[in-house]
Amino acid sequence: MLHIKGLTASIEGNQILKGVDLDIAPGEVHAIMGPNGAGKSTLSAVLTGRDDYDVSGTVTFKGQDLLTLTPEERAVAGVFLAFQYPIEIPGVGNMYFLRTAVNAVREARGEPTIDARSFLDAVRTRMAELDMDPALLSRAVNTGFSGGEKKRNEILQMTMLEPALAILDETDSGLDIDALRAVAAGIERQRHPDRSMLIITHYPRLLEYVRPDVVHVLRGGRITRSGGPELALELEQDGYGPATPIPANAR
Amino acid sequence: MSQSTDHATDQEPRVANEAVHAVIDREYQYGFHTDLDTEVAPKGLNEGIVRFISGRKGEPEWLLEWRLAAYRHFITLEAPTWPHLDIAPIDYQDMHYWAAPKPKGPAPESLDDVDPEVRAMFDKLGISLAEQERLSGVAVDAIVDSVSVATTFKAALAEVGVIFCSFSEAVRDHPDLVRAHLGSVVGPRDNFFAALNAAVFSDGSFCYIPKGVACPMELSTYFRINTADTGQFERTLIVAEERSTVSYLEGCTAPMRDENQLHAAVVELIAFDDAHIKYSTVQNWYPGDENGVGGIYNFVTKRGRCEGARSKISWTQVETGSAITWKYPSVILKGDDSVGDFHSVAVTNNHQQADTGTKMIHIGRNTTSTILSKGISAGQAQNTYRGLVKVMRSATGARNHTQCDSLLIGARCGAHTFPYIEVKNDTAQIEHEASTSRISDDQLFYCRQRGIDEEEATSMIVNGFCRDVFDQLPMEFAVEAQALMRVSLEGSVG
Repeated sequence: MLHIKGLTASIEGNQILKGVDLDIAPGEVHAIMGPNGAGKSTLSAVLTGRDDYDVSGTVTFKGQDLLTLTPEERAVAGVFLAFQYPIEIPGVGNMYFLRTAVNAVREARGEPTIDARSFLDAVRTRMAELDMDPALLSRAVNTGFSGGEKKRNEILQMTMLEPALAILDETDSGLDIDALRAVAAGIERQRHPDRSMLIITHYPRLLEYVRPDVVHVLRGGRITRSGGPELALELEQDGYGPATPIPANAR
Repeated sequence: MSQSTDHATDQEPRVANEAVHAVIDREYQYGFHTDLDTEVAPKGLNEGIVRFISGRKGEPEWLLEWRLAAYRHFITLEAPTWPHLDIAPIDYQDMHYWAAPKPKGPAPESLDDVDPEVRAMFDKLGISLAEQERLSGVAVDAIVDSVSVATTFKAALAEVGVIFCSFSEAVRDHPDLVRAHLGSVVGPRDNFFAALNAAVFSDGSFCYIPKGVACPMELSTYFRINTADTGQFERTLIVAEERSTVSYLEGCTAPMRDENQLHAAVVELIAFDDAHIKYSTVQNWYPGDENGVGGIYNFVTKRGRCEGARSKISWTQVETGSAITWKYPSVILKGDDSVGDFHSVAVTNNHQQADTGTKMIHIGRNTTSTILSKGISAGQAQNTYRGLVKVMRSATGARNHTQCDSLLIGARCGAHTFPYIEVKNDTAQIEHEASTSRISDDQLFYCRQRGIDEEEATSMIVNGFCRDVFDQLPMEFAVEAQALMRVSLEGSVG
């Protein structure tokens, strides 16, 4: 599904990613953990095509060279990012935004667009699953939403866009326990043999609800350790360990 | 009190800039010229031309005298220099003040007799002069250059007592009404452009809504400038008697030309007790090319008087066209408990300049006004909001709320805000809110990450910014306005 090799990224002369190697097979859920400043959010930004970075290395996604694609082309290819800080777009209805996005992606893939009625039914069902207030549909995108509402809205978008690769950037941060459970359950429901996930997180808390297949530690711009779900618990007890890479990569 | 805030920018935002590149290179789609057999007066402005225009229209003596007085006043005036506009000097002797499609035979008795070429031109503009077609809920007065060429639904409106006709016809058929109200809101000495208009105005629309009548359909005027080197000077007068209501729409386009053309209109609205007038404009005059060559100079005086108690006048404008826009649709709140609204979206791109806003003059007790202004600048355009809220000593309990938002696209445009507030009654409540923002890289990236391309994303964000104003427009116009926004922002950062 996703093959990252020797990925580096710098911004204004500062190298943030210093050679990341990562392979994710279809249906796998990987977690990336690491301290602040390790490059976790840079990784998600580079994978989704933010052009603030100078990038080298290769990223292949479903056989395509991801790094040559525009952000919208990556979205069409099936890459989705749940933003750490979802963006407010005043005056643009949440429902309108969601349908425009889904239909833009479908159109670019040569699939038929979805009519308003069936779309609304689908959205309502997904919202109920996420325990979201239906009133959020008629509000402007993320505008005036609480932190929890924004994060749920990201998951709602994910469930409607049905991506092949979902990158969840600190989706658990700032959530109370009820919201965390709702969001985690929403993510769990999205597990699918054709869908990979990359969960970027600071704390192992989310991983108690969404059990990853593989856990990686990102430190100083490199993956320094990889292991099974038990690694998350170990990290909680012992911290992230030394910044130098351990050569024997678990994968 | 007066204050000025300027927001010019000097750094290139990355993604926003790139995004907007994509959004900006579509052509003005109404830029064609139609070959009509046209009678054109010689260039130049003098008493002879004023008499010529009045004579062509067969006007009564009083109106000729009114024009001449305005002309004599006009020649003593200088063009205003206070607007935040950079305008090359205008040679008022180097243009035509009268251009009219020549009638082929006797005046058309019915819409079926309208010159097929004129009809074809309006079809091309998407304006139907046939009563049974798409905009069947909208009556249209179609004006080409200096004259009205057709007015639809006159008979249907007359059944409920509504008069809707060209200004020339009104002078002929309803002289008392015209004489009673002409110049009563915007006098011939009001300002430079109003004086010019009073001297040489050629046609326009007249609407009269009798007591207690809710006008059964939208009334509209479509202004088309067709002939080169010609100014268009029209007057619109709308009188709403007690307890009547009317919604009026105005649209405008012009061919693409390298020379600037002048449009100096006057609109007067009068609302008596409990009457409501809603006046909506979608202004799409040719804005000039991307280098700032050509385009319409749009100098317009629009003002309404809430004469009666509980009357209401509401201006909604979407200004996307013109090289220069100088326009302040205003309301004089004379009747107690009367209400004035101004909702505006002004978009400037490339080298367009707009200095627009409103004046709300509170005279009656418990009068209320609301100002909602959205300015969008792209390219190297300059967009200025200028507004006056004036509360007279008599206006006990007056209230105003002003919200003034600017959106910048790209790094070379400017947004400016000049709010003036004069309060002579200390019971007044005045609120002013202002904001300036930029389409952020984050917003664009968020949309693109969801699969929405840059052009669509920019259009979506801008339309969202204008939402509150678009919500005020009648349905047909709201759709048109959104489409227009998209066109006018195409190529908005070069």
